[in-house]
Amino acid sequence: MALRKVLSCPAAVSAAAGGSLLLAAAVFSLELFIGMYDRQVRRRRAVLFALVACCLVLLTAYFGESSGGPLKSVQTGAMEVVAPVQEGANRALKPFRDLFGWFGDTLDAKDERDELEAERDELRQQVARLQLAENENAELRDLVDYGRGSGIDAYQPVTARVYSRSNSSWYSTMEINKGSSDGLSVNQPVINGKGLVGKVKTVSDGNAVVMLLSDSEFGVSALAAEANQPGSIQPVAGSPGDLLLDLVPQAKQVRTGDRVVTAGTVSQRLPSPFPQGLLIGTVKRIEGEGELDRTIHVTPAADMRRLDFVQVLTRPAADLRASTTTPPPP
Amino acid sequence: MSWTTATIARLFGLGLVGGIVQLTTVSQVAIFGVPADLSPLLVGAIGLLCGSIAGAGFGFGMGLFMDTLLAQTLGLTSLVLLAVGYAAGRLRELRDPAHGLVPVAVGAAATAAAAIGFSVLQFLLGVDAPVSLLLVRQILMTIVLNTLLALPVYLACRRVLAAFLPDDPRRRRRRAYTTGGLSPLSRA
Repeated sequence: MALRKVLSCPAAVSAAAGGSLLLAAAVFSLELFIGMYDRQVRRRRAVLFALVACCLVLLTAYFGESSGGPLKSVQTGAMEVVAPVQEGANRALKPFRDLFGWFGDTLDAKDERDELEAERDELRQQVARLQLAENENAELRDLVDYGRGSGIDAYQPVTARVYSRSNSSWYSTMEINKGSSDGLSVNQPVINGKGLVGKVKTVSDGNAVVMLLSDSEFGVSALAAEANQPGSIQPVAGSPGDLLLDLVPQAKQVRTGDRVVTAGTVSQRLPSPFPQGLLIGTVKRIEGEGELDRTIHVTPAADMRRLDFVQVLTRPAADLRASTTTPPPP
Repeated sequence: MSWTTATIARLFGLGLVGGIVQLTTVSQVAIFGVPADLSPLLVGAIGLLCGSIAGAGFGFGMGLFMDTLLAQTLGLTSLVLLAVGYAAGRLRELRDPAHGLVPVAVGAAATAAAAIGFSVLQFLLGVDAPVSLLLVRQILMTIVLNTLLALPVYLACRRVLAAFLPDDPRRRRRRAYTTGGLSPLSRA
């Protein structure tokens, strides 16, 4: 067999004829190797060509056929056959999937938590800004309503923003962003949408200091509106939310819940800086039984802790009759 | 490599199990926002272990299996994976790389070729989708993920096919060094 192969190889025969057996064997080995190599290459290329051709035929046929075509039917059938296997594998491998899913969910949850925390902080800031704006809006609305309803506009109010507060046991003041250039001067009354706040203590060109009702030096002539009893409002040191209505001639007539307003000018020689009828507060409680030892506690209408906008009445003596109407209760 | 019924059966089983695991588990677990794709890794590993013809055939079969189960266009994935398997096999036949990290590089290259090739074919077949950065990102993340999985998949394939593979010269040398060349396995 091998001899036949050698004889069929012309180069080997010619070499053998030349007398070189060794060379003949070498040439034969080379030819054999080349033949095997060619066969391998041809086989490889044939397989590759066949597979590529199969793919192209499948692609073309799949695109060309309708939805109920044979290839799609085969595909559907194969899916139905493998479906139980897939379902079983799906159940069997669920713990592994859940395990990997848990890792993934944990990583995702951390990212999600960070994002949500950032969003929460941003929303908190937004809510704070909105609450501030809402409070300011309500305050300004009160000021406008108060001005319209009580004839305050006649006193040429100047609206100012509060930018600083000093609230100790003895001194309660705040600074506002309007000054003498806006028509403010010392002792002008300061109000907000609820009632009397205080009076201007000092004034400079662009700002002013307001002495609050709760300041120990503050005092204003007042009137218990329902009982028509005059008196004087004095602060209670150390208790900014409490005022005393003092020097009331017939204190027995004053009842809890009565409104207390400014008395206004009662003397031509000593004109009051406050127009008549500005709400100061309401009688909260009355202590003592006798006429002389009665102590009437008044809660200020204006919340001294929440003052953002106030109005300074720059012409408090402009029209005294304008202030006869007391504002509606808040 | 000897082509026997057992060899073909093992390759068939490997493709079947790999495809089902891919569809039932791996494709449902997203890491870095994308699922891994075992198909190009398996095809690349088979090509690297068994040669170009086996790689091409395995790629064709695997692609056909995936196309069938996913109700995709028949022949599309086959064409891509066939090329991947053939290229991996030719790398082995021409270069016979010996470095231990070759499977990792082959896995990464196989995944890249499969992902890009599949996208290109989809575009050629008329899918009207803009090439977005999202697609590029997804391809890159899949390559990264598959690169991490390439070595375990290669080792698993080699373990399954170990009985049918020709003895690795490096392993033979190592055994000869440690046993003084007196391994009973070699004699057997």
